Amino acid sequence: MTTASVLFDAPGPRARVRNRVIAAATVVLLVAVAWLVFSKLADRGQLDAAKWKPFLTGNLWRTYVLPGIRGTLTAAALSVVGAGVLGALLGVGRMAPPAWVRVPCAVIVEFFRAVPVLIMMIFAYFLYAQFDVFPSKHLALAGVVTGLTLYNGAVIAEVVRAGVAALPRGQAEAASSLGLSWTRTMRSVLLPQAITSMLPVLISQLVVVLKDTAIGYQITFVEMVRQGTQVGSAYGNYLPALMVIAVLMIALNFTLSWLAVRVEARLRRSRRAGEPLEASTALEAGD
Amino acid sequence: MDVFTEYREQILAAFWLTIKLTVYSGAGALVLGTVLAAMRLAPVPMLRGIGTAYVNIVRNTPLTLIILFCSFGLSQTLGITLVDPRSTTSITDSNFRLAVLGLTVYTASFVCETVRSGVNTVPIGQAEAARSLGLTFAQNLRIILLPQAFRAVVIPLGSVLIALVKNTTIASAIGVAEAALLMKEMIENTAALLVVGVIFAAGFVLLTLPLGLMFGRLGRRLAVAR
Repeated sequence: MTTASVLFDAPGPRARVRNRVIAAATVVLLVAVAWLVFSKLADRGQLDAAKWKPFLTGNLWRTYVLPGIRGTLTAAALSVVGAGVLGALLGVGRMAPPAWVRVPCAVIVEFFRAVPVLIMMIFAYFLYAQFDVFPSKHLALAGVVTGLTLYNGAVIAEVVRAGVAALPRGQAEAASSLGLSWTRTMRSVLLPQAITSMLPVLISQLVVVLKDTAIGYQITFVEMVRQGTQVGSAYGNYLPALMVIAVLMIALNFTLSWLAVRVEARLRRSRRAGEPLEASTALEAGD
Repeated sequence: MDVFTEYREQILAAFWLTIKLTVYSGAGALVLGTVLAAMRLAPVPMLRGIGTAYVNIVRNTPLTLIILFCSFGLSQTLGITLVDPRSTTSITDSNFRLAVLGLTVYTASFVCETVRSGVNTVPIGQAEAARSLGLTFAQNLRIILLPQAFRAVVIPLGSVLIALVKNTTIASAIGVAEAALLMKEMIENTAALLVVGVIFAAGFVLLTLPLGLMFGRLGRRLAVAR
């Protein structure tokens, strides 16, 4: 069932009228809700120019929003690199023939997928604070990056495993009949092919990482959402500030999600690569 | 282990609140998510558009932002507190309910996508047969498609629920006294960082692992044999 149109008949004259009535009713409902929201906002003075004007000043962006964006992007970039490395190691380790490698890797992966990111961040933050591992300026960043790296590393490990499992069995069989060792098979045959099919999922995982940097709000990390609340308390406009931050965040993530779907479609068309993993799998669970 | 015995009551209470957040938001998200899925499949383009817009907006927003929006935006700015202001526990209740609202709104978008992918696993012939019997779209969805779709997505819905259990920790951003908030408090008060970390990590492993196993087994048992 690839198209929705299988679910209902092509609308005849009566169905078309009915659909229009439903559409019209929805519009009326939407307008009513919008009016309610706007009147409520206007009542509380949230639509006053004074609440929105600060967003036109460079000062607000320089002092609050841009540092927030920088924090979010820095944390996301560091975590993605860390998670990629950790995920590759754990994923390959989980497929390794000797049990003393495979089992610990499996336990680590399952553990970090079961524990909430916030718990890991809080733990890492206080751990680093206690042992003075990082200068206090970078403490929150280190906590955020640690939490995100561990969690997303575990997720990427599973993606790597799925990517390798999705390859035709003949690939591994041909490699071993050529006398390649397991390590060599992995490195020169399976992983390079798996990476292409993993690409869409990896890009959508980037959205998860970007979103999750906001969890750092709770360990005082300077990221977009925290800076949004700072704007709110400085200018007394929480609602407009959070709305602006939401729009920025959605635009960024939406572009990335769109890119992931495009890459998936592109890989599906090309005959060289194996079957790509679906871009949406990363986001489906709601992390 | 002294820390555990000293704080036992509080730890249990915090995890109980985590479970309560999960159950309420899970139930809400299941209902809202199914409605959204139905909208995204409906014959009316307007409804499809609204469903798609909802999912795209909510799924790309950080949960922290949604929950803060409920607190700062709805409650403090607009005065929508979801509680009777005269009640003695109104502040705690309000935060709890706003957190449930935020978690529901957020999780519903994932439930919607999961249910929709479940409907896509139902063979075309089923919907076509239903149509040729003269069933309307609503009947088709209710009697033919959704029952099969839900059976197909038990395991993915389980993953959504597990993610929800973990996401409840973010409710601590607006002061809901669940596990993560207590963890912070305990670390600051006891200095037994490692023990506290182990307690809370173990608590979440205990909550999520059985859920995963249970949904895995349930999913295999309920899977539609084709």
